[in-house]
Amino acid sequence: MSNTNEQTTSMIVHAEKSKTLLGFWIYLMTDCILFASLFAVYAVLHKNTFGGPSGQQLFSLPYALLQTLILLTSSLTSGLSILSIRKNDIKKTIYWTIATFGLGLSFLLLEINEFHKLYIEGNGWQRSGFLSSYFSLVGTHGLHILVGLIWMLILIIFIVKKGFTKKTVKGFTMLNIFWHFLDVIWIFIFSVVYLMGHVGL
Amino acid sequence: MMIYSSLLGLLNVDAFRHDFIQNIGVTVMSLSALFAVLALTYFKKWKWLFSEWLTSLDPKRIGVMYIVVALLMITKAGTDALIMRTQQAISVGSNHGIVSSSHYQQIFSSHGTTMIFFAAMGLMFGLINIGVPLLIGSRDVAFPFLNSVSFWLFVAGMVLLNTSLAIGDFSGAGWLAYPPLSELQFSPTVGVDYWIWSLQIAGIGSLLSGINFIVTILRNRAKGMNLMKMPMFVWSVFGSMTLVIFAFPILTVTITLLYLDRLIGTHFFTAGGGGNAMMYVNLIWAWGHPEVYILVLPAFGIFSEIVSTFSRKRLFGYTSMVWAIWAIVILSFTVWLHHFFTMGAGADVNGFFGIMTMIIAVPTGVKIFNWLFTMFRGKINFASPMLWFIGFIVLFSIGGVAGVLLAVPPADFQLHNSLFLVAHFHSMIVSGVLFGYFAGLTYWFPKVFGFKLNETLGKYAAYLWIIGFMTAFIPLYVLGLMGATRRMDHYDVSMGYQQLFIVAGIGVLIIGSGLFLQIVQVALSVIKRKEYADRTGDPWNGRTLEWSIKSPAPSYNYAVIPEVSQIDQFWEDKQSDSDKLQLKDIKPFNMPNNSYKGLFIAAGSFALGFGAVWHILLLAIVGLLIILITIILRTLDENTESLVVIDSHYNAGLGANK
Repeated sequence: MSNTNEQTTSMIVHAEKSKTLLGFWIYLMTDCILFASLFAVYAVLHKNTFGGPSGQQLFSLPYALLQTLILLTSSLTSGLSILSIRKNDIKKTIYWTIATFGLGLSFLLLEINEFHKLYIEGNGWQRSGFLSSYFSLVGTHGLHILVGLIWMLILIIFIVKKGFTKKTVKGFTMLNIFWHFLDVIWIFIFSVVYLMGHVGL
Repeated sequence: MMIYSSLLGLLNVDAFRHDFIQNIGVTVMSLSALFAVLALTYFKKWKWLFSEWLTSLDPKRIGVMYIVVALLMITKAGTDALIMRTQQAISVGSNHGIVSSSHYQQIFSSHGTTMIFFAAMGLMFGLINIGVPLLIGSRDVAFPFLNSVSFWLFVAGMVLLNTSLAIGDFSGAGWLAYPPLSELQFSPTVGVDYWIWSLQIAGIGSLLSGINFIVTILRNRAKGMNLMKMPMFVWSVFGSMTLVIFAFPILTVTITLLYLDRLIGTHFFTAGGGGNAMMYVNLIWAWGHPEVYILVLPAFGIFSEIVSTFSRKRLFGYTSMVWAIWAIVILSFTVWLHHFFTMGAGADVNGFFGIMTMIIAVPTGVKIFNWLFTMFRGKINFASPMLWFIGFIVLFSIGGVAGVLLAVPPADFQLHNSLFLVAHFHSMIVSGVLFGYFAGLTYWFPKVFGFKLNETLGKYAAYLWIIGFMTAFIPLYVLGLMGATRRMDHYDVSMGYQQLFIVAGIGVLIIGSGLFLQIVQVALSVIKRKEYADRTGDPWNGRTLEWSIKSPAPSYNYAVIPEVSQIDQFWEDKQSDSDKLQLKDIKPFNMPNNSYKGLFIAAGSFALGFGAVWHILLLAIVGLLIILITIILRTLDENTESLVVIDSHYNAGLGANK
């Protein structure tokens, strides 16, 4: 807790140059391939509605837009938490992380609500190849969000207990990248699933 | 459809009922396990095993454990091969052989799965663990704990696969479990789920290893060793691990989707419901084709080291070798469709993939010529690693030419799923992958254990493998051309296959005796370890950094990190008699402490996998919690490293770090 701005900034620089971060970037690229495979599956199956409803009939664009805005805002707050670390401000770091957590959680709840609604209306994953691929793609993203939320909670506990150390700062740096990455994936989901689905592509 | 219902899930007493041959297998495996436990207890070795090996984060020890598991799996899957060859040799006409059709399907599925995932991958990761840190002049891998997790996940997958022998059954849908056969409708037992989860767990371990070794190679190299001064083995591992990180996520997704199809009734690959079974075949080969290059590239790297060491010459065409590796890495993602030309993608698509397949043979050819030119006018020492290499060159070229033949779509339409194909890919994998890793084992054995393996027995084993391989697989090329299909457990006398199948069966026996000689070789060498001790640290007159330190290599490899200014630095130093690597003051450094947490993560994964196979919800949740809690506890660990201080008098004798 007795760090200066220079020290916390140098912790971030140290984290960014560490092997762990390089490894984390490579992990993110493998995750990217994972999503790419799921997008490919969606691309192949999204017309296979098997007599069931299509995306055009099911998806509500304003609802997806709301989710998008929430997730984008959470990326902003996540970035602000890193800026607070640079300024050696533990309180603000925690506030911004809690804000990110809240936004992420509301995104996830909206998604669960949408899934639930589809399921009880008889449009679950068993309905058609299209819906199977929709649930797997969007659901995998949601699962990543969940992991990010748990990670945030753990990091908040760490930082309350230990303050800014090399380890906690590294954790925040990685979490921030992870969160932005999920944002990018969501942009693709929004474009491919919801926008293209809306116009019936 | 039954989802995670009761406490025992789908598990009931029927899961333990087996036929005679399965019972023999179960008995032999349980007795060996019991024997191992009793021996450990009798010799009071449990503590030693736990503290020196199981919890070790030393990549050399992890490597040795990988190799031990892999050799056990070669024996197990080799037994599968023996049963298959026996079946095909005698199951003619009214004789229906020794196993039933459904059991035969399980045997060939488990043979392929075990050999690729647990034998070949195990040998590969074992030798990478041993070789890479030593060759780049590093004390450790980038993430030692992650490395241990990878290894233990590999073990968990292996144990899960072998559990299927005793509890329930294994997949009968082939080593890649094509749907719709592997869907619940046609494979209602838990066999396919065993296949899915053992691959899933081991595959995640491989993915983590891939990340680990890329970072190791990029960030842990000795001073002065820029990329173009790395030993060729390191380059080949770099290429192979790049393929791992690109290919394995596809496998993860594909088999997860198959599991979802089977568990919750999704329609990814089902015949009805808007699923697309052909998508599975595309996805699995988008992983599967790179996978064969993942296996073979490090073996190429080992051959590169061996050929140049035993020919007393620098590797011919270093730069072209590097380019060949990366050409293979990229091209290996453009050929997957050649595994299913007959699927009906059309002439244009087949033509493209046929041509790409022929093109990918070119960089491999470049490598073959580079090795031959390295040997040309070298002072060749025909030690046993070199014999493996020569066997490889001949058999691999035969197999490669057969592969180019198969790359022609019209020819492939005739040969698809025939024994010709089986002979082709065994030529590639046995001679390319297995021979490469056997050579590597002999080559690096003294560096790890401090004594050489018996050369005479090693040479005999190599000869037996080469002769046995030809006897076992050349008949299969002929049988394939005669129309014999793969996975056939019975045929009519009039087909005229039997003589050739008997010859192939004899071949497997010869291979088996080769394997037996290797076991004798290791046992004899352990007994005579004093006589075979490697006191110089450089038993083969080597070229790369690992030979500059004593044998066996200490856990930290290098007391002083060497400095490098050229390829084959150690060799050049020996020629000029300069002791460039000799450095006086040894600074204390940190090494990771042992950790048992990798074991916990693997135990949790096994519980998760077993619970998922048998739909036991409680067990799966417990497994998942064990994994999560262990990971969180690991991040809380403070004392993950301790300081190593080395006496400055240590620096005595030849070379740098002796």
